[in-house]
Amino acid sequence: MLAVKNIVKQYANHRALDDVSLEVATGSIFGLLGPNGAGKTSLIRIINQITGPDEGTVLFDGEVLNPSHINRIGYLPEERGLYKKMEIGDQMLYLAQLKGLSRKEARERCKYWFEKMEMQTWWKKKVEDLSKGMQQKVQFVATVIHQPELIILDEPFSGFDPVNAEIIKEEILELNRQGATIIFSTHRMESVEQLCDSIALINKSRKILDGKVKDIRNSYRSQTYCIEYSGDTELGFNPVFDILQHQRSEDGQQLRLKLKDGKTVNDALAMLIPMVSIQSLTEVIPTIHEIFIEKVKGINHE
Amino acid sequence: MNKILLVIQREYLSRVKKKSFLLMTFLVPVLFIGMIALVAFLTSRGGDEVTRIEVIDQSGIFADKFKDSRNVDFERAAATDLVQAKAAARKNDAFVLFIPANVVQEGNAELASEKKPPLVALNEVRSQMNEVLRNRMLADAGINPETLKSIDPEISITSKELTEEGEQDTNTGALYGISFASAILIYICLFVYGAQVMRGVIEEKTSRIVEVIISSVKPFQLMLGKIIGIGLVGITQFLLWIILSTTLASLAGQQLLGDRIESLKNMDPEQMEQINKNAGNAPEVTALLQGMENVPIAYIVTVFLIYFLGGYLLYSALFAAVGSAVDNETETQQFMLPITLPLLFTYIMAFSFIANNPNSTLSFWLSIIPFTSPIAMMVRLPFGVPDWELALSIALLVVGFIFTTWVAARIYRVGILMYGKKANYKELMKWFLYKA
Repeated sequence: MLAVKNIVKQYANHRALDDVSLEVATGSIFGLLGPNGAGKTSLIRIINQITGPDEGTVLFDGEVLNPSHINRIGYLPEERGLYKKMEIGDQMLYLAQLKGLSRKEARERCKYWFEKMEMQTWWKKKVEDLSKGMQQKVQFVATVIHQPELIILDEPFSGFDPVNAEIIKEEILELNRQGATIIFSTHRMESVEQLCDSIALINKSRKILDGKVKDIRNSYRSQTYCIEYSGDTELGFNPVFDILQHQRSEDGQQLRLKLKDGKTVNDALAMLIPMVSIQSLTEVIPTIHEIFIEKVKGINHE
Repeated sequence: MNKILLVIQREYLSRVKKKSFLLMTFLVPVLFIGMIALVAFLTSRGGDEVTRIEVIDQSGIFADKFKDSRNVDFERAAATDLVQAKAAARKNDAFVLFIPANVVQEGNAELASEKKPPLVALNEVRSQMNEVLRNRMLADAGINPETLKSIDPEISITSKELTEEGEQDTNTGALYGISFASAILIYICLFVYGAQVMRGVIEEKTSRIVEVIISSVKPFQLMLGKIIGIGLVGITQFLLWIILSTTLASLAGQQLLGDRIESLKNMDPEQMEQINKNAGNAPEVTALLQGMENVPIAYIVTVFLIYFLGGYLLYSALFAAVGSAVDNETETQQFMLPITLPLLFTYIMAFSFIANNPNSTLSFWLSIIPFTSPIAMMVRLPFGVPDWELALSIALLVVGFIFTTWVAARIYRVGILMYGKKANYKELMKWFLYKA
């Protein structure tokens, strides 16, 4: 769907993007992650053709990005906004037509979405008369009204109350099921981790990691498990695992362990079962956030 | 291209639909006509204040010959010398006209009072005294005043402009009026509509919609669409004003003047002559009315529209650039000076210098340089501007607004995405130099 190749964006005093490449597969949900100021918005603006890169190219469906692609992209900027004094209906029609829809199509699409989001009564209202949450619903509809193939959402859930955030999330997932490719850009990595198929981590203008979420997390698996059990026994040095952490609580005990080379979790269980009664076993896989922290630390130490 | 049209449409409709637009459109002509009516009414009523003047005539020439007029009552003073009269005047708050015995030789009389005499009264006294003296001198010279009056020649001068189409009556007075009014109108409108463009840009920036919009259209398209849309609003407003004012004026005119014009038309020449004789200033009035008919209204309106549009496009692009560089309206001041200065300068020059020296070198250049020409040329117009100068000026104006639009667009495209950054001229320069 989208291939970003060796993009460099230079501002007067700093380099916003330094040789960034990434690929977004058609129909996937892609997370563009990184702290504030990492260069996410600069990259998104380049994809939206708001600014141009100094070096590198962007391919959209295999073609070099050009103005004909604008109508196939829907963009929800981090800085949201609508005309305060314009009626919602007129505003929607205007934005839809700017994205290349005919007046008739725009009207039909508006009708569909206003019904779907239960906002029919808002048509004649002005933005300044709506609550923040309502405004954001309107803004979201404006983003997807032209049925874009690629939807780019910059910090999509910031500012939404939990109810609306859930509604919007469901809509996004439905659009994805219908075939749209989604790019999330956010610094709150935990909020999109479960949603994304693939991610790219950006820090200080450089991409530091990308790939499928599953693959990344697998590659960061460290044979670490967490076992909860009851019963009292003294676990000392043993040939199967190292103990990372041992906590006692009223409900029972919690053990964090790291398997030794060549051992499986079954070996550990086989050793423990005769001694204690096992309540749960989970594999400890680092979250993307933890991976990110580790990565950034590593880079800063270099 | 289609997208520019959409932007134009939105900018236009969203403004024309506003209540304030309707209000302005209807209120301004009504106020305008109302003001003229009020001025006319007040002037016709005139000062109804009557000045009482006590006359001490030591010469004995005038005393009985003063006639009371609308504003002045003459009375013989009780006192006989100036000192007494002055004391009395101080007490009664009256005016005392003291005419010395040797007034004919001295040519001077004295009007004493506590406060300043009204100009009307002063003129009345002077003209009556002159009249009396003249008659007396004529009589002394053995000329009958009646004879003199009957041979009073009356010549009025009609200025003829020699053009290729032949001789043409011109009336410079009416022409000046219309041209100067157009220059003032352009001056005001450049600011009014330029500021609207600027406010529109700031609105889009502060409401943060600009990023949504420019992910669909190019910044240049958005800027141009806004400028053209608001320009069309301006033109719509002008046209409505012209239509409304002329309708209102002709309605009022019919009401007031209808009968009189009818009776004038039906009068036979002898009567006309009589009337002309009676009314001392009649020839000039008729000349003025005739002149109005000969003012090339279409020509002036066309030139006006060209310069309004050209000047508007030139300056509103700069206004747009300023709007893009700031976060709110209060910050615009530091950038307004370079826009305000040339306009204000031309405005002042227009009425102090160009009007008096329309064909000087400085006036020529002011009416050629795009930044000053919209106002300067309108002022020069009634004095006759050669076609080639007009063509050159308009061509340069077109080049000028293409240039400012280009400069403004380069600043605009960067500025609209800069939030919370205090811009200064150095910053603007940097934005201007950014690669696209």
